[in-house]
Amino acid sequence: MFRSKASSLSTVIPLMFGQSNLACKFFHPVIASHGLCCHRSVIYKQRYRMHQLSAGRRTINTGTKVMAEGELPSVLILDIGGTHGVLEDLAALLKKHFHLITMKEFLGNKEEMRKKIQSIFVFECRPTIDRELLESLPNLKVIANSGVGVDHLDLKMISSFGVKVTNTPHAVADPTADIGMALMLASARRLVEGCLIALSPDTKYFAVDWLGVEVTRATLGIIGMGSIGYKVAQRARAFNMRILYHNRNQRRKEDEEAVGAHYCAKMEDLLQQSDFVMLVVNLTPETHKLIGKKELGLMKPTATLINISRGAVIDQDALVEALQNKVIRAAALDVTYPEPLPRDHPLLNLSNVIITPHIGTATVQAIRMMAEEAIANMLAALNDQPIPSEVFPK
Amino acid sequence: MEEGELPWLLVNEVGGIRGILHSHVPFLKKHFHLITMKEFLENRKDVGKMVQAIYLWWHKPVIDKELLQSLPNLKVIANSGVGMDHLDLKLIASFGVKMANAPRAVSSTTADTGMALLLASARRLVEVHNISISPSMDYCEADILGVKVAGATLGIIGMGRIGYKIAVRAKAFEMNILYHNRTRRKVHEEQAVGATYCKKIDSLLQQADFVMLVVSLTPQTHKLIGKRELELMKPTATLINISRGAVVDQEALVAALQTGVIRAAALDVTSPEPLPRDHALLKLKNVIITPHLGIKTDKATYMITEEAVENILAALNGLPLPSEVLPS
Repeated sequence: MFRSKASSLSTVIPLMFGQSNLACKFFHPVIASHGLCCHRSVIYKQRYRMHQLSAGRRTINTGTKVMAEGELPSVLILDIGGTHGVLEDLAALLKKHFHLITMKEFLGNKEEMRKKIQSIFVFECRPTIDRELLESLPNLKVIANSGVGVDHLDLKMISSFGVKVTNTPHAVADPTADIGMALMLASARRLVEGCLIALSPDTKYFAVDWLGVEVTRATLGIIGMGSIGYKVAQRARAFNMRILYHNRNQRRKEDEEAVGAHYCAKMEDLLQQSDFVMLVVNLTPETHKLIGKKELGLMKPTATLINISRGAVIDQDALVEALQNKVIRAAALDVTYPEPLPRDHPLLNLSNVIITPHIGTATVQAIRMMAEEAIANMLAALNDQPIPSEVFPK
Repeated sequence: MEEGELPWLLVNEVGGIRGILHSHVPFLKKHFHLITMKEFLENRKDVGKMVQAIYLWWHKPVIDKELLQSLPNLKVIANSGVGMDHLDLKLIASFGVKMANAPRAVSSTTADTGMALLLASARRLVEVHNISISPSMDYCEADILGVKVAGATLGIIGMGRIGYKIAVRAKAFEMNILYHNRTRRKVHEEQAVGATYCKKIDSLLQQADFVMLVVSLTPQTHKLIGKRELELMKPTATLINISRGAVVDQEALVAALQTGVIRAAALDVTSPEPLPRDHALLKLKNVIITPHLGIKTDKATYMITEEAVENILAALNGLPLPSEVLPS
């Protein structure tokens, strides 16, 4: 999914919504049935009615002054629909448990709204959480992020306000591991280039000496062996790949043996031996520009770099240079810095690069699961129950 | 032939867009005296009687009665790949010539192609890549949302070597696997990949989120997937073809994709290859077409040549062929 990084990019040209004739004209049946079409021309009604409490709804025992009895707790979201808002379908899910307040509504009626808001649902890094916002929400208890990465949140600052932060590690693991494999296979077999040839008006034949590289029995080096990295290893094993991994901590022996993964204490060893290097780390100060000129130089010239973590884990300028000079064979990036890249960025023009718009969790099912996970987190936090996936500042 | 002289191997051509890969030539020359069709045609009589083997590279040279008649000492034809639908097996056998294909070399790589297409289609990789590099990056959420692979149902039609390897891979993605095949696999083989046999193809088509075609092209599998079969599929399902273009009724497929009878298709093979440039399939957004990637990797192509040479040498030495193909 397209995300902008922090407030500094809020002035960058927003997604141009324009007259994209193709974009919204063609709806896959599965999308249409889920009601996930964009509604760029819809002006969302500003007034909210109080939700009727239906039978079987649980009552929320939170702060006494926050809401009247029987009322659902209020969640702040950026918007419903539109360019960056919560998808309609998800909004419906949220409304089962919460009273939704959009940023527009909040800003339009701060005095009345500010005390009601007990939680914020962050979807695709929005709304931006800054000090000003936190100071204006005295009863905020939890910020629930949709997705597992929280590098866009200042955890220390949020914690200083006594607000909890949660993420959705369970919902993201499978679809993100799937994207990692999809990118590796697509890059190895030159799928995107091949499609261009298959479709090109100039194509008269398919050349037989036009080759990709083998995935079966090749060596995959996984940097970051958390839940997602481990699922990648499980998948890669079925391709008879030799699996190396580098992680802050070595995994248990049984876990390693189950996927046939070999630990490389030194990342350099992994880089030198791998045919495919996949980045599956969180973005932290330690992993910022983890892969730079030196690391790229250590990789085989026949190797492929795949990034499904965060754009800032790679020194992008060094990557461009490495790709242009054939220091490595190719790259496949679901994440960049920024997202999206400026339209004149060199990465967009290289034939040995595949770029996808942060689609790690972009499936109909995953989006829904993330919302459900976030809802569970929020309800637990508001009910003073153990929170399934709380994230703590380091 | 003089003693110590290498047997003569006929190939269509070396290099260029269709010829034997240059990188394979040193290996071939270790075992054979290499002769191209051009050299043969320049001196049919003398060259013709020397040729004992043919190595078919991407279906060339064309094996017809005329060629067979002009090669009196031909013992074996080795095919680069596993599909033999381009050969008249009965005709060749009638000349006492053995035939071999290269099943070991192709199966893993082709299975990889199948998985690559499945994943690319499910996650709309080509579409979203084009969005990512487009000048305006104009899109809405509906343009980039794909469908899940983990936990989805894969229906494999044709569970031979390649089909089985696909099942092995799909299992690791926690896919639910159904298969349809002429014959049922052994129980332990089914259990190893968690695959359920569907005696009737209809049952598979109705349940699968992804339908993958991995059959040989035979008179029985020609247009195996037509209007009826497409309509049995779920409207949210994807069709992936890595067998032969003619296994699918292409016109029916176009109609099905245009009207949302199925969600999408990913085709590594079409009929013909390449398709005419104005073909309807090239215009559909929910179709991925790849230029017969099948076995197109450096390693796989080399292994194919190695396997072919193994078969040829066995034939010339009167030994059993590792992968002989007999007319049915």
